[in-house]
Order: sequence, then C-alpha cells, then structure tokens
Amino acid sequence: MNQAPFSINDSALAVELSDVWKSFPGVTANAGVNLSVRTGSIHALLGENGAGKSTLMNILAGVYRPDSGELRIHGQSQQFRNPADALSAGIGMVHQEFRLIPSFSVAENVILGSAPRVLRTKQVELKVSELAERFGLKVDPSQPLWQLSMGERQKVEILKILWRNAQVLILDEPTTVLTPSEVDELGEILTKMADDGRSIIFISHKLHEVSGICDEATVLRQGKTVASALPIESTDQRELAQLMVGTSASTADRPEPNTPGAPVLKLNGLSTLGDRGLEAFSNLSFQVNAGEIIGIAGVAGNGQRELADVIAGLRPSTSGSLLMNDADITDASPQFRFRSGLAYIPEDRLGVGLAPRLSITDNAILRVYRQQRRGPFILAEKALAYCKDIVQRFGVRSADFNGPIAALSGGNLQRLLVGRELDGQPSVIVASQPTRGLDVQGVKAIQELLIEQRNSGVAVIMISEDLDELLTIADRLLVMESGIIRGEFDPRTASRDAVGIAMLSDGQAMTEI
Amino acid sequence: MTEASIIGLFVATVSFGALLYLAALGELLAEKAGVLNLGVEGMMAIGAVTAFIIGVELKNPWAALLVAMLSGALLASVHGVFTVGLGAEQVVSGLSLTILGLGLAAYLGKDYVGLPPGAELVPVEWGGLSDLPWIGPIFFNQAPIVYLALLMGIAVSLVLSSTRLGLALRAAGESASSTDSAGHSVLGLRLSAVAAGGALAGASGAYLTLSITPQWAEGLTAGRGWIAVALVIFGAWRPGRVGIGALIFGGTLALKTRLQPFGVEFSPIILSMLPYVLTLAILLIISVRARKRPSPAPFGLGLAYRREER
Repeated sequence: MNQAPFSINDSALAVELSDVWKSFPGVTANAGVNLSVRTGSIHALLGENGAGKSTLMNILAGVYRPDSGELRIHGQSQQFRNPADALSAGIGMVHQEFRLIPSFSVAENVILGSAPRVLRTKQVELKVSELAERFGLKVDPSQPLWQLSMGERQKVEILKILWRNAQVLILDEPTTVLTPSEVDELGEILTKMADDGRSIIFISHKLHEVSGICDEATVLRQGKTVASALPIESTDQRELAQLMVGTSASTADRPEPNTPGAPVLKLNGLSTLGDRGLEAFSNLSFQVNAGEIIGIAGVAGNGQRELADVIAGLRPSTSGSLLMNDADITDASPQFRFRSGLAYIPEDRLGVGLAPRLSITDNAILRVYRQQRRGPFILAEKALAYCKDIVQRFGVRSADFNGPIAALSGGNLQRLLVGRELDGQPSVIVASQPTRGLDVQGVKAIQELLIEQRNSGVAVIMISEDLDELLTIADRLLVMESGIIRGEFDPRTASRDAVGIAMLSDGQAMTEI
Repeated sequence: MTEASIIGLFVATVSFGALLYLAALGELLAEKAGVLNLGVEGMMAIGAVTAFIIGVELKNPWAALLVAMLSGALLASVHGVFTVGLGAEQVVSGLSLTILGLGLAAYLGKDYVGLPPGAELVPVEWGGLSDLPWIGPIFFNQAPIVYLALLMGIAVSLVLSSTRLGLALRAAGESASSTDSAGHSVLGLRLSAVAAGGALAGASGAYLTLSITPQWAEGLTAGRGWIAVALVIFGAWRPGRVGIGALIFGGTLALKTRLQPFGVEFSPIILSMLPYVLTLAILLIISVRARKRPSPAPFGLGLAYRREER
C-alpha cells in the first residue's frame, strides 16, 4: 500500500547488520542475525517473545554492544559505544517505555538534550510544530505532557528523534499502547516519513498491522534470521506466522493423563480494563475443572496478566461474574479468595508475590501470619518452624532464614512462593509465568509441583508465553489474543503451527481456519 | 505607633526577606535538580562565621562575602558527593550537614565571639531615590546583598526557564534516566546545582554577620535555614513565588523583634510558628490539587540515580 518514492530495487541500504552475535549470561539472544533495511522503506521485524528482536534493535541503537558482527549504516561501517553515538549516526529508537517528562511541555520534551543554548519558548514551539506538521503528527507543542494520551506521547517520542534528524527510526512494538484508530494514524505518519526518505524498523508480532503498514519483513526465531526482506504484499500472513513459530518441537515427557472432575472455577462473560484504561479483555467465559491444567497461551500483553489479576482479586472486573466452587467471588477480597482455596503465583515474583527486603521467614508467613501469633504478637519460633517446613518440603536452598529474601536465586524464590501458596491446600491455582527466567532444573521442579497438584484434584490455570511448555504439561489449551479466546486446542493433538497462527493473527485472519 | 517604627518594620521585612530569599534560591536550585538539601541551616552558619572571620582579618567585606560563598559551596559539595555521587539517603545526609555545619561554625568562631566586626556591608545610597518618603528607606537604602538577592532571583528564574542549562537541570530533577538518555550528565548537573545552592546559602549567612547583626555568636542563624527550606515548598518551586513568600516570612521575622515597641500583647513564639503553619497550608493545597494536576515538586526529588548496567 505504501508507494515508495523510488523503486525498491534501486534504493541503497540504510541499515545492514551481518552475522550479529550477542549473549547474556545463560542466553544467546542473537546467534548470527542478518538484517538489511532499504532506505525509505518501512521494515517489519517479526518474531515471538525472546526471538531476539529487542536485543538486535538495542544493538543498532547503541544500547548494547554486540559480541561480534558487522554494522553498516548507509554503507559505512559503524561501532556504537552508547545511544548518543547511534543518534549522531542518525539512528533513533522509540522504546516501549517512554522516556518523557510529564511536567514538561511537549516542546521541552522534544528538544531536551538537543536544545539551543538560549531558549525562546515561542520560537522553539513554532519550530517543533513545523516539524510535527511536516509529518502529520498532531500535537500542541505548548501543552504539558501529562495531559496527553499514550498515543500522543508516542508522537512526542517520534518527534524527539526527528528533531535530532535521525534517518533511521526504530519503533519497539509501537502499537501496544494505541487504540485502533491511533494505529491507523501511526501508519500514515510512518508512510510520510518513508516518503521523506527515512527508513523505519517496526518491531511487532501483530501480523495484520504489519501487512497494512510495512513494505518488507525480516523474521527472527530463536536468535536467528529465518527469513529476510520478504515483500509483505506478496507474502501470506499464514506463511509469516509459520516462520515466526517454527515447526513442531518435541513434546516429550507428557505427564500421565488424568480424568478431570467437576468444574471448580467458572468465568462468565468477564471483562476488565488494563492499566491505561483500555479494555484488557472482554466477555471472557470458560471453566476450569478439578484435576486439570488449563494452559493460557498467547503473546505477552494480550490480556493474560489482567486475567490473572482479576481471578486473584487484585483488579476489579467491569462486567461478568466469577464463580469458585459455585460461590460467587466476583467482588470478594483477595484474602477471602485465598481462604476459600485460591492460590496465586503472580508473574512479578519479587514485586507482587514477595516482599524483597523482608526475611525468608516473614515472607513465608505473609499469607498465614494469623496462625502464627499470640494476641497482637507474631510468635517467632512458630513462624520459623512453619518457614522451615516449607523450605524443606519444597526444596528451597537457603542458609539464612532471617536474611532478606531478595538474596535468594530466582529458582529458590519461586519454590518458596509456590510452596507458600500450595501449603494452604488450594482447590484452584492461578500460576502466571511460573517458570519464566528459571534454570532447567527449576522449570522442571515447578512443573512437577503443578502436575502433582493436578493429580490430587486441584484445578490449575497456567499462563505462559512458552508454547512448548504449555503443549507439554497442559490438558487443555486456550489461546488469548487481544483479550479474546481465539481458539481451544487439545495439546496432545494440536499442531504448533495452528496454535501459533491463533496466537499471532487477529480475528479476521482466523476466520479462514 | 510612630511612622518611623512602621517604616522600620518594612525595612526589616525587606532585609530579612532578602536573607531568606538567597538561601531559599539556593535550596530551590538543588531541589530543581532533584537533590533535597536539608543542610541549609548548617551552610548558612558556615557562611556567617567565615564571613565574619575574613571581615575581622582582612577588613574587606567583599572578600568576606566571597569566602562565605565558597565555604557554603564546599560544605554543600560534601552533601553532593555523598548523595549524588554515592547515592546516600538525602534526608539523612542533609540533616547531618546541618549538625556538621553548626558545629564547625561554633568551633571556627570560638575566638571571635563578641569581637567587633572588621568589615560591614553598608547600605547603598541611590541618590534622590533614597530620599523618597517611605519608598526611599524601605527599598533604596538597603545593604548590597538585598540587591544581590533580587538579581539572583531574576537570574535563577531566567536560567531555569529559558536556557539549555536550565532545561537540563529541571530534567535532572524530574527524571534522571530521561536526562541521561538525552545525553546530559545527571551527576554533573546535580553536583553543580547543589554547590551553587550552597554558595547562595553561604551568601545568606554572610549577610547576617556583615550587615544584619554584625557580630558572631553561636546559634546566630536561629533556624532561618529551616524557614528557607519551607519557603521553597511555600513558593511551589517557582523563583517568583518564593520571592513573595520570602517577603511574607521576612515580615514575620521583622515583626517578632518589634512587637513590644508596638505595644502588642502577642507571643513572639506564635509568630515563629507562622512560616511553618503557612507552609503546611500550602502543602495541603498542593495535595488536594494533586488529584487534578501533578504536584509542583520535582518528580525525582530525593531519588538517587544510578545508571543501570548496560
């Protein structure tokens, strides 16, 4: 749909990354990635979470230094030591987390770091609004930033980069904060910038948006380039989705099947709002039976976190009802839910699940401190005995029960958290990304604990971004995308491709299947 | 109640106002850059004692003022290095600075207690202007530091609002990480703001011993540094409003010592409380309004900044 100013074949390359390698402790994020972006084009960089997109773009923007590999900008070999180097070579990045100052005006935010020595407010605002108009960015330069919507703030971030005259703009998942009409507007703005001869790299995993906005696509999977410079118009969305998720991985070690019992948790038309006031999910209905693990698959940010919050009672629902063991708990407090048998393993272990500066013992009794007291006092010995019991049963390796919990490793933190939650003998467990960031042993231990609970008749909801994990241990798989269940699969028979397409496509694309 | 005593009250109001304004401007600079410095009282005391000592020894009031500003800046830099450089807790470090400054001032000044001043900053004559009724004595017959305070107020206001330096400084106080990623040195900005603030607090102290009460005694600052800290909040971190606040708070200081001549039966202790009561009232207004708009306090005030590992 975008008419490039010149024929794509003739245009020079704005960005060439060849054989880029980057490892972090324990992970190789980029293993020989190649990327070529033509000058004046909008280039989609596609891949699942953890495919290495963000790492690669942080290398291009000077945030990370590559272990090896070559970087050419407009044909010239470059080595960036910091983001300022990249900016002066004409590369700017809009990060997912905006770096803006709420109390400053739009113009002040735009010029910060690249301002004239003496500021004449009117003059600066005029210049900023000229720049904004040139690219169709509708913002008032004199308005304080805190009054702006997320979509408008994104425009300010783009303006910041244009103000420094960057020729290559990297947008990291720019549409996650936007409403659908803002997405269309962004597409128009990007087209204008491309027509102006600037090159845009658009990181995304929403295929329908990419096909409307971008010219070409590069697909990464597990740190490698699996397809480069695919012309979007002539490429099937399904083909792109398959490139992103890859073909079936081994689904070894499936646990013995278990016969599920009666429904324990029922969601009837639940809806809620996300942190930014937009709908996180709407009219969600499903039920979880005793003795089954129900997997919620999906790319991060499609309503899974909010779903876990609503079930745990940490976020109010806007409509619908939630029933546990046939009792309506839609408006019940988290404490009530816990006492009626709901265990919650939150995604953010140290922020939501545990208190980082409190001791291991204090964290262990956080849920049940009422049982460890006499009058208003906590009985230290009783609390310690309780803690030791959990530590022993769940294999937490720790020396100092009175030391701060933040000193524990990720795996041990999670064991303590899971142990604390499971100790209440729950009938429902909501586990949000319970194995993320753990080592192989830790992953296995947590998975085994959840399977053990399932076998003893507990209903388990497991939210994970790791599709292979869900295909291995879940009994049923629901795919969530844009706050809607896009499909239900039987993990024993489902193909990874089909699930992947449901995760990545929007509703329209799914109607073909 | 004579006309002369009313004029005298206003003269004292302006001169106490200037005293508070200088110190408050310094605190405002540091806070705008994100560093709370509760050591104003200590820096004022150091400024007061060094100005007096240099005055006695060198008989030159300008050298005395300069040394007072340098010592204020030096003491403030201790706070700067601890909080900005090493990430120490700003409240604790600032309070320590007050205690350290007061103690150090008492130690340095112990041989100078009760001595006559060696140098004074005498009121400036503005020719015919100084002879105007009321206005002349109140505005055009003040010590040079009063005019310095006014100039500094205008300068601070202009630098903050319309220079690149001011923009960067305010940014450092709002969001250190944004400032850093925009290519400014948060460390440099904060350290210089704290040092400049200390110099202004030192000048304020010098004004005490070179003009208002030209002598040295322990405890001479008498809590005025704390009023300056409150003044920054009262003035909602804006140099102009802080100036107006300085005149109001200066008025309460002036009134305190002049109640008896006026024949008013009113406890001066109540007057001493007034600046703090007013500041609490402003804080209340700010927090009520905060539901609709962000607080005027710099968002990153009091937060140490360490760049994440990259």
